[in-house]
Parts: sequence; C-alpha cells; structure tokens
Amino acid sequence: MTTPLTPLAAAGPSVEWYLTRSTGAVALLLLTLALALGVADVQRWSSPRWPRFLLDALHRNVSLLALAFLLLHILTSILDSFAHISLLDALIPFVGSYRPLWLGLGTVAFDLMLAVILTSLLRRRVGERGWRLTHWLVYASWPIALLHSLGTGSDVKSAWLQILALGCLALVIAAILLRTLPGFTRERARERGLALGATAAFVAGLLVWLPQGPLGSEWARRSGTPASLLPHASSSASASTGVRR
Amino acid sequence: MSHRLRVNPIACEAHGMCAELFPERIALDEWGYPILDGQPIPPELLTHAQRAAQACPTFALLLERRRE
Amino acid sequence: MSSDTDLPRLLAGIPPHGALPLPEHLAIHGPLPHVDGPSRRGHSPLIELVEQAGLLGRGGASFPAAAKLRAVAHAGRPLTAGRPIVVVNAAEGEPASSKDRTLLRSLPHLVLDGAHLAALAVGAREIVIGVCETAPDALHAAAHAVAERDPRATPGSSTERHSRAGLGDEVRFELVPVPNTYVAGQESALINHLGGGPPLPTFTPPLPFERGLRRRPTLVSNVETLAHLALIARHGPHWFRQLGTPAQPGSALVTLSGPVGYPGVYEIEHGSPLSALIDAADGATAPLRAVLLGGYSGAFLDAPDVGSDLLSIPLSEDHLAPHGATLGAGVVVLLSTHTCPVAELARITRWLASQSARQCGPCLFGLDAIATTFEHLHLGDPHRGPALQGGWVVKGEQTVEHRLAELAALVNRRGACSHPDGAARLVSTALRVFADELDDHARHGPCSACARPSELPPPRRVPRDRDLASAATRGSSERRLQAAI
Repeated sequence: MTTPLTPLAAAGPSVEWYLTRSTGAVALLLLTLALALGVADVQRWSSPRWPRFLLDALHRNVSLLALAFLLLHILTSILDSFAHISLLDALIPFVGSYRPLWLGLGTVAFDLMLAVILTSLLRRRVGERGWRLTHWLVYASWPIALLHSLGTGSDVKSAWLQILALGCLALVIAAILLRTLPGFTRERARERGLALGATAAFVAGLLVWLPQGPLGSEWARRSGTPASLLPHASSSASASTGVRR
Repeated sequence: MSHRLRVNPIACEAHGMCAELFPERIALDEWGYPILDGQPIPPELLTHAQRAAQACPTFALLLERRRE
Repeated sequence: MSSDTDLPRLLAGIPPHGALPLPEHLAIHGPLPHVDGPSRRGHSPLIELVEQAGLLGRGGASFPAAAKLRAVAHAGRPLTAGRPIVVVNAAEGEPASSKDRTLLRSLPHLVLDGAHLAALAVGAREIVIGVCETAPDALHAAAHAVAERDPRATPGSSTERHSRAGLGDEVRFELVPVPNTYVAGQESALINHLGGGPPLPTFTPPLPFERGLRRRPTLVSNVETLAHLALIARHGPHWFRQLGTPAQPGSALVTLSGPVGYPGVYEIEHGSPLSALIDAADGATAPLRAVLLGGYSGAFLDAPDVGSDLLSIPLSEDHLAPHGATLGAGVVVLLSTHTCPVAELARITRWLASQSARQCGPCLFGLDAIATTFEHLHLGDPHRGPALQGGWVVKGEQTVEHRLAELAALVNRRGACSHPDGAARLVSTALRVFADELDDHARHGPCSACARPSELPPPRRVPRDRDLASAATRGSSERRLQAAI
C-alpha cells in the first residue's frame, strides 16, 4: 500500500515532533489539574489527611510543573523543522505561517498563563486586588488551550487525545460547577449565571464545531497548514500516527 | 533579639493554614481566626513560624523581629 | 474671668444660643499667645507647658497630650517625612456623648485656638477639622468662626462643605464632614476618611504620628483636649493643676444622661464625686441601679464594686481604674431600677455589633454572637427548653454566663481597632454588675421591666443588611470578602 509522503517527510517524523505533541498533552492535563486544585483551594476543601496548606502547595507546584511542560512543548515545536514555528510565534499570536489561528490560540493561552503565574510569584508587589483579577484569566486560558490542542494538534482524531481532552473537559466543568453552585446567594446570581452560561455555550460550541472542524475532512488544509506542507495526494484515509496532515 | 508572630486582622480571611503548620503556638477560634499568645518564639520552633507566615495566602501573618 | 481657678473654665461665657463670637471670646480669655515653633530637635515651649500641666487626651484613651505632641513634632523633623498636619477630631460617634459638638457649636474659638497653638507647636500649617455630619450646627459654627478669624474673608460667609480660611499666613483650616458611625472617630479611620478612603480603621503600624494623613506625621486630637490646651497656653500649668487630682489634673466635660433632672453636658473637676454631678443636674429622678462610665464601650459600676455608696465615687481615671472603669470621653449614663438591664444590654450590644467595620473576623462574628445571646436572654431563646438547675441556665454544655465571658475574651484585642475591646469590657462588667437580673432572665424569661421604655440615649437603629446567622462558620468570611471585589 502506498502511503502519501512528501519529500520532507521522507526521513520520518522527528523526535521533536513526538515530544511537542506529548508535552503539549501533558501540559493540558496539568493545567486542568491545576485549575481543579485551585477551585478546591478557594472553596477551602480540606480533610484530616489533606490539610489546607497541602492543597495550596500542590496547586502551586502543579501549576509550575504545567508551565515547565508548556515551555518544553514550545521549545520542541520551535526546534522541530517541519512547521517552521519560530520563537516569535511563541510570544505573539497569529503571526505564524503554520495554522496561524489555531497556533495563535496556543500563544494566547501561554501568555495568559504567564501573566497568572508571574503575578502569583510577585503577589506581594502586585497587591491583592490585582492578583485576584489577573488570576481569573485562567478561566479564559484553559478553553483557549483546549481549542489550540484540538485545532493545531495532529492527534485530534486519535482515541488517546480524544479521551484525554474529554476527561479534562469533564474535570473543568465539574470544577466550575463546584465553584459556582455552592452557597448560591442572590447578590452573586448574575456572575454565577454568566459563568454557567459561558460554560454551557462553550461546550455547545465544541459539539457543533468538532464534527465539521478537526474531526471533519481536510482539516489540515482548512486550518491553515501551508500548502507546501500538505501531502500532494489528498487521501481520505484517516490519519495514522506516523503521517502528518 | 526576639521573634513574635502578629496577625493583621483586616487581611486575615480565616484560611487556617497557619494553625495547620504551627499548632504549637497558633490555635483557631470557633470562626476559624487565629489566636496568638504574642509570646516570643523559641529558636527551635522558628522554622515552623516562618513556614506559617509564608503559607498565609493573604500575607496576614507577620513574623516580627524585635530587639529586647 | 477664666483666670479664676474655679469652674467654669472651658464653658466660661457659653452663650445660651449660638456661638460665642470672636470679640467676646477674646474679652474673656485674652489674646492668642505667641508660640515658637519646634526647635531642630523637636522641642517646643508649649509642649513643655502641656507636659507640666499633665493634660490627658479627652477623646477616650486618656493618652498624655504632651507625649503625642512631642512624637509628632519629632517625626516631622526630617524633611522626607513631610510637614506635620493637625486633625481635630469632632466625629463623636459615641451616642451617649455630646460634649464635642457642644463645644464646637458654642465655643468654636476656644477649639480653634487650641488647634492653632498645637499646629504651631508641632510645626504644622494645615488643620483639618473632622465634624460629625449629623451636627450641622457645629459644622456651621466652626465654619463661621474660621471665617471670622480670617481678615480677608467676609464675616458670616456661607458655609460650604469644605470651607477654607486662615488666620494670617500661619495656619489654614479645612472642615470636613464625617459619617456618624462609631468607628469613624477612631484615629486611623478618621485619617482614612479624610484622605478620601472609607471611614474604616486601618492596620497599624504605622501609627498616625509617624505617617497619617497624606502620608505625613499627623496629630489627631480631640476637640476638648485642644480647648484645654488653649487655656493652658494662656494661664500656665500651675493654674491648670489647681483643680483635679495629681494624676488627672484640671477639669473635664462630661455628658450626663439617664434619669436626672437636666441631662446634658457639664464641666466637672476631676476627682469630684458622682453625687456632685447629679446634684448639678438637679438630682436623680429615680433610684439608681448602676452607672455606665465611658460610653457604650465603657464599663458598668454599681455599689458593691465601689465598696460604698455608688454616688460617692470620684470621677477620675486614677480612682476608676482599680474598678476596671474609665471616664473615657467623659460619658456618664445612669441606669435606674426601673428599666430592665437585660433589655438595655440587648439593645446596646446589637448596636455595637451593627457598628462593626466588618473588616476583622473576631469582631464581625463575635459581637454578633454576643448580641444574639443577650437578645435570647431578653426575649427567650425559641430553641431552648425550660429552665434547668440552679445558677445559670445550662445551654448545651455551657452556661450562658460562661458563653458570654468566653465571647468577651475571644473578641478582646483581636481586631484592628479598639471597638471589640470596648464591647468586651461592657460585657465583662455587665456580667458582674447585673448577675442577678441575667440569672433571673435565664431561668424565667422576660421580666416585668422588659416592656418599659429604654433609659439609654438612643443609638441610631441600623438595619441588619446581612444575615449573619449562618455566617458563624469557617470559610463564610470568604463570601463577605468576595462581595468586596
């Protein structure tokens, strides 16, 4: 059976390419865990074996670990020669040549995360109010990161990524519910309504977009992969993990 | 030179991490707010006091040095 | 003439209506004495005079006035600290006190003299007078007096909300209304409000004398303290000490309320007995049960405490302190045998709880728990069963008396200001003085006196806008603070 291969891919996928996908997936997972731990922290969940200070430290460490994996993900994507992602693309969104929109979303998510982590490290300087307002950006950073993984990633049609993404989404939705629903008071009704509405809208949007988007046909071309990188023969065969689209 | 713990009651939000990390000298009242005795902290307990002050999410717990 | 050693001193020449105009004021007291500014090391002759006179602050804390003046003068020496600023505290949030607004309304020039002299002594040029916004007559009188002193202003000019004027080029006055809340008169809260923030206490250090209003060394002084200072500057410390006790010399203004012929503001000599004050007010109109000294954050006293006739107790800090009481801001509230003390306590403690700045957990939750306990004692607790065995009624595992004592100990000194401390003192002394009535209520519920009208000066009723019943648990304070963002 002939597999469509471009000359560039003749040597096979590089180590960097595998690394960037795996570190990206792990970063998404860790980001999800950090968010869930953050919710548990602010809701002051604790038990005799899981005291408050432990949860707080865990939230902090998991966030930093997520950042570490994110940096690896960015580094390996720059080093990987296939998609020509530059250092600039890592900091400024939507200026790259490879799937500019979807890659750019990743940059946006990274920038937001950076803001959150930096303000947390410099919390004393930033002040309580500035820190708190910035920290809420995680609720923007996470969905953007998810969209980036689904739009940019090559593994969106693979079961493992789908299960991972679904699991993370479920965890984040549970966290948002636990954050907004308990202690429902009249004075916060508007904010809570907005939060729940935005979550529902996001999920609905995903359900609509996924089948026609990344799970649909020719996503590589439609998402903005440069023509030179597309396989010459368009194949309707589902992607195997060894072939780029 | 003595070290004492003091709490800024306005900043304190009753998270209670200080009492978890330094139960020898910090107790919590029925509403979750720290009760400090204001006594000097002996050198062997100083690291716990430092951890407790660093762990406070609102920087309400202060470890103060005073020349005696 | 006010150079007589006898009373009245502050209240000399007080007009029956309106304010004493400037010419009459100068005729009674003489001209404003010249005062040198502070030396390079922060010393000032006026501060020496005040120290020799032994003047104590009249705002409630009884802090030595000279020490405060010296601290501010010294803090203002380095150029980097900024020029000191004087804040005149006429906020008077204590419901049972009206001496400050009386002084400002009727004898504003005495107050302005004192403020002016204090400013010169510490090296300040600006004086900000914070006046309770529910005392418009005091505000107007002060504004008019300020205008009178300014040769450039037209006399009787209309009062603006923040009017400015000066006496020559030496000092400048500014008048600012202050909300009529209990904590607004607290030093850091007053400075917070004058600086454009909310009228709520702030965490100290730094204390106002080091860094206060506009980040400059600030002298916060009570209206009456400054009035005394104005007279000490004219007549000297020996004159001041002709009245009063060695530990607390001079005279003081007190606000007397309760069942007397003429409740109101009186000037007394420190150390004179309570009976003299009551006689001056035309005598008591009902048999006395107890006296509340120092205001709603003060202490109760009754006969067994004093070991003799209650009426003979001398009114000065050195005589009251051994009994755990203080004259405070000169507040004397009499309670007769006709009212129910439990009902009065329920009213006072609920009001104290409503006046919490709500910034500190122990005050916010503790004062509410105290008030609720007294309310249950007063009207009966719907969840409680019938009265039980001897002594206090047992509530769960704990007697009500024990619970109240525990709460008082829990709130004492655990806030950013002294509001919970005052409530703790009120409760502790009430437990001692009214043990019988409290016990009776605990066993038998409401008494025959409960329905009678209150004898206390009415605190403004503040609606409970937050439901605190469910809030006395861990983590609930987060809700309160979340609402703040």
